[in-house]
Amino acid sequence: MSKATEIISPEHGAADPHDTHDGHHDHHAPSGIMRWVLTTNHKDIGTLYLWFAFIMFLVGGAMAMVIRAELFQPGLQIVEPNFFNQMTTVHGLIMVFGAVMPAFTGLANWLVPMMIGAPDMALPRMNNWSFWILPFAFTILLASLFVEGGGPAFGWTFYAPLSTTYSGDSTALFVFSVHIMGISSIMGAINVIVTIVNMRAPGMTWMKMPLFVWTWLITAFLLIAVMPVLAGAVTMVLTDKFFGTSFFDAAGGGDPVMFQHIFWFFGHPEVYIMILPAFGIISQIVPTFARKPLFGYASMVYATASIALLSFIVWAHHMFTTGMPVAAEMFFMFATMLISVPTGVKVFNWVATMWRGSMTFEVPMLFALAFIVLFTIGGLSGLMLAITPVDFQYHDTYFVVAHFHYVLVTGAIFSIMAAVYYWIPKWTGRMFDVTLAKWHFWCSLISVNVLFFPMHFVGLAGMPRRIPDYALQFADFNKWISLGGFAFGLSQLIFLVVMIKACRKQGEPVSDRVWEGAEGLEWEIPSPAPYHTFETPPVVK
Amino acid sequence: MAGSNSALVTKLVVIVAGMFAFGFALVPLYDVFCDITGINGKTNTTAAVFNAAEVDESRTVTVEFITRTHTGMPWEFRAQTKRVKVHPGELNMVEFYVRNPASRDMVAQAIPSVSPGQAALYLNKTECFCFNSQPLVAGGESLMPMRFYVDPQLPDDITYFTVQYTLFDVTSKGADDKQTNNNPFLTTFAQN
Repeated sequence: MSKATEIISPEHGAADPHDTHDGHHDHHAPSGIMRWVLTTNHKDIGTLYLWFAFIMFLVGGAMAMVIRAELFQPGLQIVEPNFFNQMTTVHGLIMVFGAVMPAFTGLANWLVPMMIGAPDMALPRMNNWSFWILPFAFTILLASLFVEGGGPAFGWTFYAPLSTTYSGDSTALFVFSVHIMGISSIMGAINVIVTIVNMRAPGMTWMKMPLFVWTWLITAFLLIAVMPVLAGAVTMVLTDKFFGTSFFDAAGGGDPVMFQHIFWFFGHPEVYIMILPAFGIISQIVPTFARKPLFGYASMVYATASIALLSFIVWAHHMFTTGMPVAAEMFFMFATMLISVPTGVKVFNWVATMWRGSMTFEVPMLFALAFIVLFTIGGLSGLMLAITPVDFQYHDTYFVVAHFHYVLVTGAIFSIMAAVYYWIPKWTGRMFDVTLAKWHFWCSLISVNVLFFPMHFVGLAGMPRRIPDYALQFADFNKWISLGGFAFGLSQLIFLVVMIKACRKQGEPVSDRVWEGAEGLEWEIPSPAPYHTFETPPVVK
Repeated sequence: MAGSNSALVTKLVVIVAGMFAFGFALVPLYDVFCDITGINGKTNTTAAVFNAAEVDESRTVTVEFITRTHTGMPWEFRAQTKRVKVHPGELNMVEFYVRNPASRDMVAQAIPSVSPGQAALYLNKTECFCFNSQPLVAGGESLMPMRFYVDPQLPDDITYFTVQYTLFDVTSKGADDKQTNNNPFLTTFAQN
């Protein structure tokens, strides 16, 4: 990695200070709102993606608050069960497709061209499309909550026959919104692949690419492999429900269990789509603040590729209780456990990177360290769930909810926050409000554990997920969980304030390198990053 | 470094189209896979031919029959014989009683499922009401026969298996022989 950073940058030092204003080069660019609607600039589109993801994060978070308010006490007090089901369903869909995935795509837009020395994404007009169809997808999804009969209430996994036989007419809206989200993701993924394959600066060989670029390249391949399968699955649900086919209807020769196979063939690679870019982010941040090159760069690349390949042969571990033959359960159990090997390689590499490093604890590093510890907890509970016989007990309980929130909230979301804190000084040219950011970190860290850790206990004790009521013995833990949830939700408003202040360019100007130990092409250009960078490719030695 | 963008985009779009097709190809692949391995508990959907092979008197297998009706299906449906002990290789017959208590003519389709699933490969039905949909006039009742033999190749560790029939209301889809094929497309469009 250190080799990749000996760079001759034509931009560096040559930039006129006036050049650093956004849009300076674009004398004919539209202004106001049309600038954002018509933009093909990777930085603008990255910003749009990130703000969109943040808004969706708050919307999905508000739904989580409804869920936790209802579960604050046993019994039904605030919402109807059908509305509760809509909240769990749409919360999941929004967080997966509206918050985590667009946030990663936004980071890819901002960072991939800057990291490989490219002037922009390879397909800038398609880039504009892939962002601007997303607001329509989520408007359709959210509007479905207000139609007669309510929105989707069958869980984000939309198992047949819940989604085909027992769902409302708004299922059509759900299907179309998922189609649009899928098209958006596929276009974004194609753009990332073409950019990385064709637009690397001279000398930027494969094994010099920063790990964020590597992990995103592999993620993009996962996306184009499985998003079309999701599109197929929702299409089959649509035709089963409205056009009389029987893909998942046993009476017509179909099979509802087949739905789960098709869904999880998409669904399991999908969970790696949501975590591989996080691995890339942590692999950028930890070396910076440990002031050491990343330990085991090549093994990180191979581990990422191994995880991606293994993700295609483990899907049925979500379905151990459907009555599979023992041989199949054994296969999926061991294949799942095998994934912990490359994942372990990554965790140990991060720890080895920090070993005897000159560590400092700036805000991005705090989030990265929290990621390493808490993601590992999520990984270990995943290993417990992989064991077939115990999965029969854990299946569909709050233990599963605890597991995937540890990997997605303290994993994916924390990595996104780490990334934003790490790179936003480069984007705005100003340091964010560090005091508030530390408040954000510590409030989030404590509340997120109050929120999710007790879920392990109630899950092991048998509390089922996706139910608006629970047995009395779970009352105390649920009260704590809800309080943690409200605190975590409020903590994100601190993040909102920090981001608004940062985008208004309040704060001290930063140097080009921003962080003392930062290495990579994006730190060679001026801060804030000019609207156009690397119009002449840098030479990477 | 720069290759052709359009060539690469074309390749990637082909992958996307291929994976979309693969999602649908999973449907027949799933059926074929389950047919070959018998892991889904699905039984033969057309009549098997009974060739009077040697009856294995040394083994006795208990076959249990359970019935249920799908949600919203008003028919009475029960097995006249709850449990039968058979020798592998001998031909047996059991009967199922159905009554349509509704005030309208209805059509039902029975879907079998065998547990443990591995036994499904060795359950050969020479006659079954589940091969066709079953119409019944309002208030009508009927005894439906099912003839089967257990393949002597049945693994030794299986001494007991359960055959479950679920009765679905397919009145709106009309009386057709949907079990003669497994393709959901064909079953839908064949009626038109």
